[in-house]
Amino acid sequence: MSKEQILSSDGIPLEESLKKAERKNKLKALFLVAPLFLFILIIYIFPIGDMLFRSVDDRMITKMLPKTFKAMENWDGQDLPDEPVYKAIYEDLKYLKENKTYGKIIARLNYEKSGFSSLIKKTVRKLNKIEEGNYKEQFIKIHKRWGQPEYLVALKNTAPNWSYAKYLKGVDLKFDENRNIIKQDEDRRIYKTLWLRTVNVAFWVTIFCFILAYPISHLLATLPMKYSNLLMICVLLPFWTSLLVRTSSWMVLLQQQGPVNDLIVWLGLAADDNRPELMYNVVGTFVAMTQILLPFMVLPLYSVMKTISPSLMRAGKSLGGTPLTSFLKIYFPLTIPGIGAGCLLVFILAIGYYITPALVGGASGALISNNIAYHMKSSLDWAFASALGTMLLIGVLAIYWVYNKLVGIDNIKLG
Amino acid sequence: MALPNHTPLNYRIWHYAYLTFCFLVFFFLIAPLFVILPLSFNAEQYIHFSAKMLALDPEGFSLRWYEDMIYGTKNPWGLATKNSLIIAFFATIGSTILGTVAALGLSSRHMPYKAAFMALLISPMIVPLIISGTAIFFFMAKVGLAATHTGIVLSHIILGTPFVVITVTATLSGFDHSVTRAAASLGSNPVNTFMKITLPLIMPGVISGALFAFVTSFDEVVVVLFLAGLENTTIPIQMWVGLREQLSPTIMAVATCLIIMSTLILVTAELLRRRSERLRGINR
Repeated sequence: MSKEQILSSDGIPLEESLKKAERKNKLKALFLVAPLFLFILIIYIFPIGDMLFRSVDDRMITKMLPKTFKAMENWDGQDLPDEPVYKAIYEDLKYLKENKTYGKIIARLNYEKSGFSSLIKKTVRKLNKIEEGNYKEQFIKIHKRWGQPEYLVALKNTAPNWSYAKYLKGVDLKFDENRNIIKQDEDRRIYKTLWLRTVNVAFWVTIFCFILAYPISHLLATLPMKYSNLLMICVLLPFWTSLLVRTSSWMVLLQQQGPVNDLIVWLGLAADDNRPELMYNVVGTFVAMTQILLPFMVLPLYSVMKTISPSLMRAGKSLGGTPLTSFLKIYFPLTIPGIGAGCLLVFILAIGYYITPALVGGASGALISNNIAYHMKSSLDWAFASALGTMLLIGVLAIYWVYNKLVGIDNIKLG
Repeated sequence: MALPNHTPLNYRIWHYAYLTFCFLVFFFLIAPLFVILPLSFNAEQYIHFSAKMLALDPEGFSLRWYEDMIYGTKNPWGLATKNSLIIAFFATIGSTILGTVAALGLSSRHMPYKAAFMALLISPMIVPLIISGTAIFFFMAKVGLAATHTGIVLSHIILGTPFVVITVTATLSGFDHSVTRAAASLGSNPVNTFMKITLPLIMPGVISGALFAFVTSFDEVVVVLFLAGLENTTIPIQMWVGLREQLSPTIMAVATCLIIMSTLILVTAELLRRRSERLRGINR
């Protein structure tokens, strides 16, 4: 069988010219997506990469104490190091003092081991009095901690360019002097609680949202259009209203002299002089977040329920099923895609929530994002904020991946 | 929803319990918003319903907090409103143009790696704002755009585009591509076809995406909190600051204005959605 090529009008084989057209269309589509893709890549994806980089980047101190770390290379970390090490420290500190940049290393060293702050400050202050020769003795005279090997070991431990110590801190672990991973001191173990609370709040908010959203989505999907459109406003108005407005209305409602507490007192559930604290604790976070995230559960459930034909339930009943069995065997399984979409969406949103817990959560209702914000804005430990952010991001991306597999990201519906 | 006469009693109970539950949930959703309205007209300085208000005594109500909002001394709301509107305006334009163009490409049959691109372009909506805020802050600080309107607008464009991409892709999913081919066969160039044929047809999706982008920017506080300096303050920032200090009636007045605005946006969005469904021939 001879292969006969079909030619198009201009003499090029049809197959080839089709391929060419396809390629052209492909490029055209890519060309349209390119501007947004590049924009997001440069202003969003690269910065997130930069954040990951910052969380492990520990080069600052390496650059500031070059001679010290070089001199320490051969020191075994057992007994006190010899004269050259102290001489190197002297030279590095002298250089830093002249440039007035030693403040940075103080903060960094104090993260490594507390006590460095006064040690470095005192040493820098008395640096001018140090005479040439016999540095070791003079250093120990200035501050006795220069004679304690654990401080010098801690100093040596900051030498590597990269460090995952921030990640250990994020899960209540740390390095000891010999670079073994051990548990954080008892009074500093707060992150495990914080992570657990974050997951816990996100989980229960998702469950509450589901319990509240399922019946009303069903009602909205089965009512005649003119009623359901009206009721839909109850879902959409909060959805379109500013998050801060909704949070402030919860602050009004939940305050000690607020309407909810009035109601509780009026119902006799609590005495007037012993009103329960509904705000600035985890209760406030739960209530406010459930109401705020509820529309994100209702909308996907509604759009799935809308497609379920009512005749299916009638068929189930006519075949002798009770309403309960027809619901469980017919209706519920058909709504599972909507449940998956709604629950994953609410969980993803809840796990990274910041504004509402910060305003109504108080200390006991604060979540991991509040801690990230604290390290960004108050403690200024940006590397640690980046590490916590990266850990949260990995969790969210894992759920996002599942969501994409189960629901498909292009099936998100808005309003 | 009336039940047929022969419904057994236990089903009746179930049915009314279900309706009551639904009513309570709707109440839970909408009632908090309506607490704010009367309180913004409070004549007193405290955020609670005074006896006079409950008795509907006209003396219990006043417009003083609205006056305070507009004319109050060292009043931040004027500057904040101006900034919010400027930022939201440019962010909306940026998101809408970039998002619509990208959605056109994503909806093409010939787009390679569609799912991967889509997942990437939607990601700013999924990634927690606190992470986006942190990352964008580092970037803007590095390129010298922290505490500038430009920096905030750029980051809001990022946060707004996913909504535009989603709504426009949804509109394009019911788009009949033969009309553009018809235009091409009649000698129209691609740009002309887009402006005269495609754009008018997908306009409802574009506008509702733009509304989402506008609201996202207008309401966004986390990223601005990281980026803004004193001159870049916005309405959400001022509300955030105010709420952290104490609940003031002026905030209630601002909140009432925002609720009115969101009602208007909701109505517009609903009308657009229906128009879009009609244009695409979906009748439900």
